[in-house]
Amino acid sequence: MLYSEQKHFDEIIAYLEKDKNVFIMGCEGCAQSSGSGGPEQVAEMKQKLTEAGKNVTGTRNCDFLCSKALVKSELRGRVEQLKAADAVLVLTCGVGIQAVAASINKPVYPGCNTVNLGGSRGEWEGTERCFECGQCLLYHTGGICPLTACTKSLVSGACGGANKGKCEISKDRDCGWELIYNRLKERGLLSRLDDMMKPLDHKKIMPRPEMMSLARYGLENPGKVTDKPAPPPAPAPAATPKAGAAPAGAPKPAANPPKEVK
Amino acid sequence: MSLQSKLESGQFAISCEFGPLKGTDTHEIKENIEVLKGKVDAANVTDQQSSVMRLSGLVTAALCVQGGLEPIFQVTCRDRNRIALQSDLLGAWVMGIKNVLALTGDLPALGDHPQAKGVFDLDSVTLLQAITSLNEGFDLSMNELKGKPDFFPGAVVKVESNTEASEELQIAKMRKKIAAGARFFQTQAVYDPVSFGKFMKRVEKFKTPVMVGIIPLKNAGFARFMNANVAGIRVPDDLIQQMAAAAKEDREKVGLQMAADLIKKMKPMCQGVHIMAIGWEKKVPEIMAMAGL
Repeated sequence: MLYSEQKHFDEIIAYLEKDKNVFIMGCEGCAQSSGSGGPEQVAEMKQKLTEAGKNVTGTRNCDFLCSKALVKSELRGRVEQLKAADAVLVLTCGVGIQAVAASINKPVYPGCNTVNLGGSRGEWEGTERCFECGQCLLYHTGGICPLTACTKSLVSGACGGANKGKCEISKDRDCGWELIYNRLKERGLLSRLDDMMKPLDHKKIMPRPEMMSLARYGLENPGKVTDKPAPPPAPAPAATPKAGAAPAGAPKPAANPPKEVK
Repeated sequence: MSLQSKLESGQFAISCEFGPLKGTDTHEIKENIEVLKGKVDAANVTDQQSSVMRLSGLVTAALCVQGGLEPIFQVTCRDRNRIALQSDLLGAWVMGIKNVLALTGDLPALGDHPQAKGVFDLDSVTLLQAITSLNEGFDLSMNELKGKPDFFPGAVVKVESNTEASEELQIAKMRKKIAAGARFFQTQAVYDPVSFGKFMKRVEKFKTPVMVGIIPLKNAGFARFMNANVAGIRVPDDLIQQMAAAAKEDREKVGLQMAADLIKKMKPMCQGVHIMAIGWEKKVPEIMAMAGL
């Protein structure tokens, strides 16, 4: 889940300096679990904005603001309230705010800061963090991510900055690599310390086209999906007599390749 | 004789270090070069030490070459990604810089621009891989170079660790650094010949020259500050007391003598000494004379 925190109210009110009429959106997914954008926080925000002299034209909590298709369907009954608003304030993670901004032709402002990918149980219970690097290194490091546990994201081992097991940035923060060492030792895996790592690949990882659902893509991009059958993929192994020669595990052409996904 | 020839032929090598200043005034650098050339085998030029912004280390190292003092160009991974690092390394070779010391670098949060983004695209090990690759005529993406360098790459290691994990991680990383191409090591400052002896016993199997780090003490407060704040430095109490007992006018002499004594004691255990004088660069020849070097 994405853990978010509500921005300071002074920052939010500054965004709205020139806007009198505001529509507020919250999310009943991660933002509710984070305590930053559930129904309770949306109601509080409505009250604070009203007290600050703003006119809240309406509010709406959705299940997953990160889905543009859901954003649009959830707003169907609120068109007049939205039209009356000068701006939309969104209390959720950065993905949700971007999905709303892509769906509504109005200025959309963030009401929250996304702090991190949190734990997985609906609230931020643990300390584990994922860097979304797309090249998971956890095999080598005893299941502790060096990119998030080490403040320098070092992949080859500790720097010389740790003092009594704490990172040079703060006496409250454990040295990530000492955590990794202790874990590897506990599990009898210390030889992993000698694994040589390549420089990390920082190319931004894009979701693969086959990860995007065609149905949702069609909902989010009306007019871009037609009923015409998808053009056959250019020289695909399946279309050649040598199809059977394709090695096992070779990627198969997607049955329904999504269209117009760059 | 170059640093590389000295270390590779088994002779005891001497290096020191100085940091470029903040600004464009190069008088101090030129004075240091004049005092140190012909005395030490090489001088480290620090790379924005402690994450404090200063004149470029590459330019300062080039000034050393021009002034007749062999530099050891320190390169950290804090401020540059792999493109800039490789580019600066090629530039360094063109300017006559032969020795490179690969370091991770401190966090920007500890320096004078604490809001800066720490890069750490490479780390000390992958930087050494990059240097090795350049030496072989290829960049990190295996593109062929037109004209290649022949760097003498080095790295650092911390002798004093205060947890088992830290000590083992240092040794493991030293092994990785050697696998990645490090051909000599300089250590963080050492004040305890006994623990240095133990450390050298553990790493002698690596058969890679180690230059022991020396920082002359200036006063007792300086020693206590390093003990509290600098990772990998442990000044024993008896040395702190010696400094505290010295009269104010004798402190400098006591500190320099102590440094010289440490060098004498540790010289038989290692292949060189690295004197980090921190403002006392011009006294390095005096320390060397006192240590009989």
